[in-house]
Amino acid sequence: MSADGIAAPPGASPLAAIRAVPRAGWHVATVAATHRETPNASRIELDVDGWPGNAAGQHLDVRLTAPDAYTATRSYSIASSGDSTRVVLAVDKLPDGEVSPFLVDDLRAGDQLEVHGPLGAFFVWRPAVESGDDRPVQLIAGGSGVVPLYAMAHAHADASDPTPFRLLYSVRTPRDVYFADEWRALAAASAPLQVDLVYTRQAPDDWPAPPGRITREALEAAVIPAAERPRVYVCGSTGFVERVADWLVGLGHAPGDIRTERYGGT
Amino acid sequence: MSFITRGFSGRGRERDDRLPPGQTLVGDFPVLSAGPTPDIDTADWAFTIRTESGVDHTWTWDEFMALPIEDVTTDIHCVTHWSKLGTGWRGVALDTLFEGVDTDYGYTMAHSYGGYTTNVPLEDLLDGKAWVAFEFDGEPLDPEHGGPARLLVPHLYFWKSAKWVRGLTMMEEDEPGFWEQNGYHLRGDPWKEERYW
Ligand SMILES: Cc1cc2nc3c(=O)[nH]c(=O)nc-3n(C[C@H](O)[C@H](O)[C@H](O)COP(=O)(O)OP(=O)(O)OC[C@H]3O[C@@H](n4cnc5c(N)ncnc54)[C@H](O)[C@@H]3O)c2cc1C
Repeated sequence: MSADGIAAPPGASPLAAIRAVPRAGWHVATVAATHRETPNASRIELDVDGWPGNAAGQHLDVRLTAPDAYTATRSYSIASSGDSTRVVLAVDKLPDGEVSPFLVDDLRAGDQLEVHGPLGAFFVWRPAVESGDDRPVQLIAGGSGVVPLYAMAHAHADASDPTPFRLLYSVRTPRDVYFADEWRALAAASAPLQVDLVYTRQAPDDWPAPPGRITREALEAAVIPAAERPRVYVCGSTGFVERVADWLVGLGHAPGDIRTERYGGT
Repeated sequence: MSFITRGFSGRGRERDDRLPPGQTLVGDFPVLSAGPTPDIDTADWAFTIRTESGVDHTWTWDEFMALPIEDVTTDIHCVTHWSKLGTGWRGVALDTLFEGVDTDYGYTMAHSYGGYTTNVPLEDLLDGKAWVAFEFDGEPLDPEHGGPARLLVPHLYFWKSAKWVRGLTMMEEDEPGFWEQNGYHLRGDPWKEERYW
């Protein structure tokens, strides 16, 4: 960087980042299947004609069009990665939302919508063999914020990547865990992954800690220590991400090692 | 528009002419940034414009606050599809900051505390188009929203309005900043939907 004292942006590599990512475009998507992920969320599998594949952690824009040409567009993280044209989303229903209640409750197999993507070249994880980066990875999710992190953990397992991964996942109740069966399978796979859950409203009967929002102490106990220089990906509502990222900096993690994705809301 | 999604009617029926294509009105003020929120004391804050000849024009917080201050009411548009109309800001116009700056270059790179960068052509900053803002809705700008001071370039998508701004370096040619390297458009005009590369 030419200007003294003005640091390069954290993790920003030059134009290589743009070239590494397929060019985004509009695609017609056909709903292959939808099913309840949690009482409040649906998993949506799309067949996307001409989808160029995507990296773990990227998102797309969904555009819905009404008969009178009114449109609404929202961003959704992609739970899948790789070359496949089958693209998986998981959407949480906001009670007063315009798009998410439609996607969660009304969308069914055979419906079509438009997607624009893949998008984002920053909140992504690539296997150590590709990136030459074998620093451990700490994933931290609140609620639906787990979607891009699940894509990362899945890509990590698919690549049998030796990088240590740890997930700290805050959910309301045991029924609100996205990808519950998949986490069990991933934790048993050869790529190293440890999953730690925090329950904010209701914990399983035999759970050692009472339900409640994550605390600084609980965070410290459940994340890879700053001394090991993990790369940290934090995703969830704005309030969650703000709180967690502040604590991480307080615990000695370098701000440039912490990547965040905020879904809005508080 | 030829494409209809079965069963979708939408809720935001009122189309407002002030809303660029693909945008939805919000009442709250969503936060989007790439990393943790930096905590910058105004005592440590400074704003610097650096020209091609290596000259630095620097204002400390007190010097900056002694400049002519403007009240700005404007619409803002985030690339993630939300817009807010009629938002109220106070800040110093870039026209004021550039008064004594001698440069032949046509592009700037905005630099922020925390390392964020974004490129803005000089002509998008001058002629009453941009400010360094330090108040929102009559209150000091929240750190989440870029306080103590952020760039305000309301006619471009809001990622150009760099939070925690600390200065501009003049550039001879346009070069991508942080989000521009990560897939966003080089300029970001909301009316043309210049969202992505
Ligand atoms: C990069 C990215 C990835 C996302 N991935 C997912 C995902 O995988 N799963 C998921 O369930 N959700 C995800 N979201 C959130 C999603 O885009 C929608 O904001 C959410 O589904 C609510 O839309 P809605 O139409 O139901 O609500 P809306 O009708 O839009 O309104 C609900 C509330 O959210 C506020 N709001 C509206 N738009 C935004 C915005 N863009 N940012 C912040 N606040 C806003 C409104 O002011 C309102 O208070 C993601 C968001 C981003 C930016």
